[in-house]
Amino acid sequence: MPDHPPTLAPPGGPADQPPPADLSAPRFLVSLQAAVPDAVVALSHFVGDWTAIVAPARLLDVVGWLATAPEAAFDWCSDITATDWPPRPERFDVIYCLYSTRHRHRIRVKARVRDDEAIASVTGVWPAANWLEREVFDMFGIRFSGHPDLRRILMPDDWQGHPQRKDYPLEGPGELLLENPIDWLTLRQSRDEADIE
Amino acid sequence: METPAVHHGAMFDTDELVINMGPQHPSTHGVLRVVLRLDGETVVDADVVIGYLHRGIEKLSENRSYTQVILLTDRMDYVAAATNNVGYCETVEKLMGIEVPRRARYMRTLVCELQRIASHCLWLGTHAMDAGAMTVFLYAFRERELILDLFEEYCGARLTYNSMRIGGLPQEIPPGWDRKVREFCTIMDGKLVEYEELLTHNRIWRERTKGIGVIDGAAAMAIGLSGPSLRGSGVPRDLRRDEPYAAYDEMDFDVPIGLAGDTYDRYLVRMEEFRQSLRIIRQAIDGMPEGPIVGRVPRLIKPPAGETYHAIESPKGELGFFIVSDGRSMSPYRVRVRPPSFCNLQALPQLIKGHLIADVVVLIGSIDIVLGEVDR
Repeated sequence: MPDHPPTLAPPGGPADQPPPADLSAPRFLVSLQAAVPDAVVALSHFVGDWTAIVAPARLLDVVGWLATAPEAAFDWCSDITATDWPPRPERFDVIYCLYSTRHRHRIRVKARVRDDEAIASVTGVWPAANWLEREVFDMFGIRFSGHPDLRRILMPDDWQGHPQRKDYPLEGPGELLLENPIDWLTLRQSRDEADIE
Repeated sequence: METPAVHHGAMFDTDELVINMGPQHPSTHGVLRVVLRLDGETVVDADVVIGYLHRGIEKLSENRSYTQVILLTDRMDYVAAATNNVGYCETVEKLMGIEVPRRARYMRTLVCELQRIASHCLWLGTHAMDAGAMTVFLYAFRERELILDLFEEYCGARLTYNSMRIGGLPQEIPPGWDRKVREFCTIMDGKLVEYEELLTHNRIWRERTKGIGVIDGAAAMAIGLSGPSLRGSGVPRDLRRDEPYAAYDEMDFDVPIGLAGDTYDRYLVRMEEFRQSLRIIRQAIDGMPEGPIVGRVPRLIKPPAGETYHAIESPKGELGFFIVSDGRSMSPYRVRVRPPSFCNLQALPQLIKGHLIADVVVLIGSIDIVLGEVDR
């Protein structure tokens, strides 16, 4: 058997570069930290994008302020998504990409959640979050408390598992895995051996 | 978890009827299933069921190199594949800090606008056919064919172009191609008049579209509409102007908006966008600078650890890419696509409430979705 290159351990979390010392945060971010104290855990700045990392328990306070405060006015929810970092205890990052049509600026809000933890739904702030949160639930299995209609959206309703998790196989479990996991393992092993030869 | 109002026909009153539209219905533009709850012929409630075309492009991207992902993006909005390529490549360029030469930016603008016209032609043809106007379908596809020929000459493909590279474009435009594009613009000017003669003042068309699916600006923003569907409600938001990418900051164009927020105004907005696109194409050809078409790109595409979100104005709306790099592998750690069709489709139940079944097909056409992008 040929020697495989040593596999790297999976990355423990996103880079979340701190903003450079000589760069001041936009005014609304400073006001946010004053208006909702202790909610913003850290700020990050990378290739021109600002990210506010917030405590998941304070998420609704933060997005509520961002949506209504005149200097922020994030009236358009661009995207909600998540990333999976399995080695970390709070393995998921839930990411909200927001846009303001009045000021034409953007911000990303990020909350770290554990696997067994639910995060508050922002459908009350932006109705657009409805399907976006359903997709995150479908793909990552993150539960959103207070969501009006939390069910799968892209995968079939009776699907097992959440495909975008890093520990979910790319080829999918297949019907064999669901019916007979041992046969599936043998088949996979024989396929791997055939690849090596 | 609460039981949804309409789900697989589970709950309905005796005087109401649940019918299933799709997933194999010709006017749903793909495999879209809409479960309608009807009172007579009036839609009381609707549930949109998607996912029939889910191919796991986001998951697949995590297992491909950065360059290989470009051709996966072709398969999302397959009627505007080049726009997807541009969106993805620009996001990776932003992540890596690659400077794209001015000529490449001009060529991208040109390709994007040709693609917008092709996509709008397909929208116009199918939208009008859904409302019963067969002629427009044949006319619009005739002009779309001319654009596909131009693309075929440029990159050899007619639908999935793979026409961008990280840092620029794969090849120069063929000799004489710009002349053909100019000829196409002249032809298109005349054809637009033909389309409008068939529809804009056509009494049947106005009856079918005026006052159908009205959504005001605030509601459209809240539900996350973007692109022409949002501009039809009077919100002047166009990323080409608000957050310029490619060479749009050097182009002169107007952003048309509607007033009533109904199907007719969304139609008018897209018709005017044809003209603005032609205007941009002419400017891009006239001002096309000389120079290289690929910037300084490292041989290994391996962005530093970090993440970014970048959005462009696709023919359907805001097409965003969120890419996370772990800084040490050749493939992205996460690629998230913000599909405009997915977010626009979310407004469908709100739009069709209170209208007739016949209006459902008109409204699906009006928000201009592509199921390849909805499901990815």
